[in-house]
Amino acid sequence: MGDNQNLGQEDSQSNPGEEKKEMKTSTTPRSLADVASNRTRKEPGTNPLGSGLEARGVHAWFGSKHALKDVTLDFAAGTVTSLIGPSGCGKSTFLRTLNRMHEFIPTAALAGEVLLGGKDIYASGTDVTKIRLRIGMVFQKPNPFPSMTIGQNVLSGLKLAQIKAPNTDDLLQECLERAGLWSEVKDRLNEHASALSGGQQQRLCIARSLAVRPEVLLMDEPCSALDPGSTFRIEETISHLAKTMTIVIVTHNMQQAARVSDYSAFLLSDGGPGELIESAPTSELFSRPRDKRTEDYVTGRFG
Amino acid sequence: MSTIAPERGVPSPRILVTKPRRSDQFFRLVVTLGGLTSLLILGLILLFLAYRGIEVIRMEGFALITSSDWSVVEDESGNVVSQSYGLAAMLVGTILSASIAIAIGVPIAVLSALFLEFYAGKKIRGILVSLVDLMAAFPSILFGLWGFLIMMPSAEYWAKLLNKYFGWIPIFDVPAPVFTRSPFIAGVVLAIMIIPICTSISREVFSQTPLDRIQAAYALGATRLAMIRAVVIPFGRSGVVGGAMLGLGRAMGETVAVYTVLNIVYQVNWQMLFGAGGNIASLILLKIGEADREETNALMAAGLVLFVLTLVINSLANELVGRLGKTGR
Repeated sequence: MGDNQNLGQEDSQSNPGEEKKEMKTSTTPRSLADVASNRTRKEPGTNPLGSGLEARGVHAWFGSKHALKDVTLDFAAGTVTSLIGPSGCGKSTFLRTLNRMHEFIPTAALAGEVLLGGKDIYASGTDVTKIRLRIGMVFQKPNPFPSMTIGQNVLSGLKLAQIKAPNTDDLLQECLERAGLWSEVKDRLNEHASALSGGQQQRLCIARSLAVRPEVLLMDEPCSALDPGSTFRIEETISHLAKTMTIVIVTHNMQQAARVSDYSAFLLSDGGPGELIESAPTSELFSRPRDKRTEDYVTGRFG
Repeated sequence: MSTIAPERGVPSPRILVTKPRRSDQFFRLVVTLGGLTSLLILGLILLFLAYRGIEVIRMEGFALITSSDWSVVEDESGNVVSQSYGLAAMLVGTILSASIAIAIGVPIAVLSALFLEFYAGKKIRGILVSLVDLMAAFPSILFGLWGFLIMMPSAEYWAKLLNKYFGWIPIFDVPAPVFTRSPFIAGVVLAIMIIPICTSISREVFSQTPLDRIQAAYALGATRLAMIRAVVIPFGRSGVVGGAMLGLGRAMGETVAVYTVLNIVYQVNWQMLFGAGGNIASLILLKIGEADREETNALMAAGLVLFVLTLVINSLANELVGRLGKTGR
């Protein structure tokens, strides 16, 4: 029954626009390591598309609160990396440092470097808006713009960043197809986004972030507000997208991490700032964790 | 109950009612009384105005709002020889000065609100917000005096400039070069009076903009301006209109400030730069001291007209807010 779970395998993928109707119906519990090893992991450098991202000694603060301590982690181009860990371990904070959304919070501070294509995105003179165009983000709660139609939502990034696109109709279709939403909304592009279900709204948000052609996509628990069916569709979308871009996903769901990611990183806070405990290829992290704390977490002993 | 056809094997449905607790019932009574009291007071005022004004309304008919002749002629022994009560000039003056106030005041208020909410530093914001609130509570006579003594000379200069360069547009034309005490100057004073309340309400609405939408815009590479245009304005639009309507209400009903600044002339004047006009409220203030019973009744009728005008404009605004509110929320 596990055939549908190897979503990451390139050969199992259908066209992005084509809808998979069958649902994951696995009834026998499978270990995370099994799920993870069932994927074909992408090796770094095998994918010429997208840019890699490197975090170098990243610390983050909110005011005087040290939230994240010395995280160094590579995200190779064209791979999917999941950040896992219990609540409050700083994984979302870390994710937000990767496209400079961290500084959105007034007292936020940072140390370290985040390199995109070898250049520090925090270097002085860097245009933040350009960085965010190259590193897109999908949030926990679907947040389409309610004043815009479905079509306008997808293309809103172009308007917001004042990018002129020659053929927006094609772009619209392409983005919606890549997000796996085209067939559901192609006849209702002029309806308001609030008419969509939560799962459709989240895929709309993914389509929206794709329209500005980012090289990296950050996803902050994109499925935590969705039902299992919608979660499945989004995981499918992630697998499609990973062919052309680098994806970093924060998730509380270890099954999800095992299903969608090539690499996993485990973060933990012992009451102080969050730290990176271990990062490894996902199948390794779930089958042979090097650190005792990782093992406790992935086997469900805490968190 | 009768709409649900009984089916075999299905129990007949019971109507479910939550019986409120005694404390809930009591509180319900209290809030109902509060709500009814304000309605009652409003209704009584309306009734009183109608009762006192009905005679004049009957006598003048439509001339009350179409004629602009307001005169009471008495003979030497104090008997009224002829009387005529027409509000057209004051009605036009009311609408004109209030419109000018809105046209000048609301854009400034919206910009201030955006500055306070999205650009001002934390300290500056705190200080400015309390200053703006303080301004909203300022007595209007002070605005009137300030307008008359300090602003009029400079506003007169702006009026002359406007007339010089835009005089070809009918509303900026003047029949004679009299620029002091014009509806334009009254409108500017009113604009300054309504800016605080409009700013305060707009800022309040803008600050309610859902954070996730703001973040979504920023994450798409939006500049602050683009974010405000795409997220904050659509969200706050209906609230801004609501704030503008409160300001309009204040501008239309404003008495003292307009009375101080404007030259009350019983002549319909659409040319906003020309020194003639007046509004209904200031007419009432001007006449109430010397009016006999008959003229007082006429002033009550004038009050009724103002009341109805305000009501109509507010209903229109509510309609507008309702329509705008559908999207962007």
